[in-house]
Amino acid sequence: MNVQIQPILAALKRHKAGTLLIAMQIALTLAIVCNATFIIRERLARVARPTGMVETHLLTVQNRFVGTGATSSEPLVKADLATLRQIPGVVDATAINSYPLRGGGWSMGVQTDPDARKAITAATLYFADDHAVATMGLKLIAGRNFRADEISWQDAQKVEAPGEIIVSKALADKVFPDGHALGRTVYIMGNARPSTIIGVVERLQTPWSGTFADNFMEHSVLLPIQLTGAFGSYLVRTEPGRLDALLKTVPAQLMKTNRMRVLRDDTGVRSFAEVREAAYKTDRGMALLMTVVCVVLLAITAAGIVGLTSFWVGQRRRQIGVRRALGATRSDILGYFLTENLLIGLAGVVVGTAMAVGLNLWMVTHFEMHRLSMVYVAVGVVALLLIGQGAVLAPALRASRVSPVEATRSV
Amino acid sequence: MRRTVVIQPGIPSMFAYYFQLGLRSLRRNPMLTALMVMAIGFGVAASMTTYAVFRATSNNPIPQKSSQLFAVQVANWKPSDLDKGEPPNALSYTDASNLVRAHKALRESPMYPVAPSVIPADASKMPFNASAYAAYSDVFAMFDIPFLYGGPWGHDQDQAHGAVVVIGKALNDKLFGGANSVGREVDLDGHTYRVTGVMDTWNPQPLFFDPVNTQGFGDPVDLFLPFTRAIDMQMQTGGNNNCSTPADSGWDGWLRSECIWIAYWAELPTAADVAAYHRYLTGYAAEQQRAGRFTWAPNVRLRNVTQWLDFQHVVPPETKISLMVSLGFLLICLVNTVGLLLAKFMRRAPEIGVRRALGASRGTVYAQFLIEAGAVGLAGGVLGLLLTGVGVYGVGLVFSKDIARLATVDLSLVALTVLVAIGATVLAAFYPTWRAAQVQPAWQLKSN
Repeated sequence: MNVQIQPILAALKRHKAGTLLIAMQIALTLAIVCNATFIIRERLARVARPTGMVETHLLTVQNRFVGTGATSSEPLVKADLATLRQIPGVVDATAINSYPLRGGGWSMGVQTDPDARKAITAATLYFADDHAVATMGLKLIAGRNFRADEISWQDAQKVEAPGEIIVSKALADKVFPDGHALGRTVYIMGNARPSTIIGVVERLQTPWSGTFADNFMEHSVLLPIQLTGAFGSYLVRTEPGRLDALLKTVPAQLMKTNRMRVLRDDTGVRSFAEVREAAYKTDRGMALLMTVVCVVLLAITAAGIVGLTSFWVGQRRRQIGVRRALGATRSDILGYFLTENLLIGLAGVVVGTAMAVGLNLWMVTHFEMHRLSMVYVAVGVVALLLIGQGAVLAPALRASRVSPVEATRSV
Repeated sequence: MRRTVVIQPGIPSMFAYYFQLGLRSLRRNPMLTALMVMAIGFGVAASMTTYAVFRATSNNPIPQKSSQLFAVQVANWKPSDLDKGEPPNALSYTDASNLVRAHKALRESPMYPVAPSVIPADASKMPFNASAYAAYSDVFAMFDIPFLYGGPWGHDQDQAHGAVVVIGKALNDKLFGGANSVGREVDLDGHTYRVTGVMDTWNPQPLFFDPVNTQGFGDPVDLFLPFTRAIDMQMQTGGNNNCSTPADSGWDGWLRSECIWIAYWAELPTAADVAAYHRYLTGYAAEQQRAGRFTWAPNVRLRNVTQWLDFQHVVPPETKISLMVSLGFLLICLVNTVGLLLAKFMRRAPEIGVRRALGASRGTVYAQFLIEAGAVGLAGGVLGLLLTGVGVYGVGLVFSKDIARLATVDLSLVALTVLVAIGATVLAAFYPTWRAAQVQPAWQLKSN
């Protein structure tokens, strides 16, 4: 197959508009598809982040006590926990102020020097008890869990730093890069009182799924403190296969224990799968939307190339006939159209690459997005060139089947 | 005597004729036509769906007053604690109570969200959460809140820390079956409050008065109660509380702290009022500096409703990104349509040549092909409309339910969809039509 580029360029000059339109379409498609796939990857990467908990067979309760006794809630929470732990099918239960992917929580700066003006990092504080590690399914990789006698009950307005804390490995490594966090002390509530790290868990995410906590996503502290107050959460670990039934039993039993509470219909009692679903809804939705846009866009671009090339083939039947009569083989004709498309495609992707980078830079400045990796552009370029070749194949094959006799026929 | 009756085709019949010609031509290449219609339909639907969301999120919730209501910011944190030099997005209790005491605006009020539990009188009914705000009586006139029964509590109740509430229509329906409940009592967290008024439906979206805690969207407000009463009852904020330095322990320690948690709104009808209030605020901050509380120069802001919503980034980035991507998508569909129409029209060059040779003017060729393109646009618009319906229905897959329910297909969106589809197609048809009209009759005839 001997293809000469010179005559192709000469022919394209006579079809400036069509050439320009296909090149433009390829360029725009490349710009959008690259950025859309980049958004898809970014969003899916967020969704895939682990919480550090064993998320199956886990049930969440967001509780609010009402009425005058609500603020001194210690006996109420203790009664609730006793109720929860004796329900058949429940493995363990814990009372905690928040949990990963819930959305709201408590964050503070962590520092090793009490007089430092700036904290080393932000971290989330989970006010928990000795059942938290087991209920959440956290993996304790160093040290020990809290003992029951270490748990204290404190008013949220006047919390004092505890003597013992458990931290996530990410936080331990950040504060003590030498890797020896166990037994060391940190300040987590200003400079009031140091807390000793008695345990390290492999991983524990903060409660925020949005971009707010991106730079301290896995910096968590577990405190042996139960906060008194109207608001609180329970986590309940269930036996396998019991979760669905417990989604109904748990609220009924809690209401039976104490009616003076609010369990919201939508977020009161949920499986952790539902919590995860709700937390990443927008991210997954964006990924879905961008996927649909990409697929439809590529299909439309391909269809447009088929349409215009078919037109060109129809227009040039006589010339093709003449070339065939003068000795051009079928593969010469096929090669001609494939090369023609490749040339247009190359022009398109060159412009498109510049547009893709430009669009990304614009989004970086406006919407906290990251810089587009060139891998996406490279993959996009190859994909669009292949799609172009695929789209042009059918009309080009039709062209190659034009009989030399056409040369003698008038249109 | 015989008379020849010449029937001069009028404009309408010509239009109908070209329309028919157009349809016939479209039927000749069903694949190409289907492709164009689908490209237009998808492009328009994607743009219109994302536009519906964008329109909802960038809505001006109080157009009649948005330029007269101002969110007040006073920097009570040292400059190194500020984000890009902007004062915190809420006030401390100290500043809020100083400003409201001075009362330098036509109307003004501090406000913060609280989440009291409503305990129904009927013991068989479960308590439930209410979305509530603690504010001064001025908010009702300031925000043009409509009343169904009764009215705001009096200014004397603000002073007296009165146990009074204004409830929303939905809450009134739930508690009192929609009856006039003025003077009746509501139990919040075990304390009784007397109803002074029932609001009519009031649901501005975005929730301009509190984007800081709501991200701009959410359920309508169930009830308002006096700010002074909420402070007495030690009702904690249901929203954000940010402290640059830890507060002293206890409720009073919190009130004395530099923690910020209170929104502050002022109604300033004229530019002169705005300037005067700004001078007052600067003076206030300077006074705090002299008193030693602030160790930095006055740093205050007044932002009206639209500026405030913009500053708080109420329009989610997803809305803008998806609108941008959809518009790019529509652009590609149009480029595609230009190419396909060009192919379609130029294939008929011989036919155009014959028509031109038989006396058709360029104008008639223009008219005929633009009408044909218009028919494609109309079909694309109808498809686009159906797909927009599907798209808006599916908005809940991408956006939170608070935003999704605001995106609706209304008459203006329907009209816009069809208009954009036809307009875009006709625009796309200009170049191909121009090319068609350039066809030289002699040339085409010769080649035959």
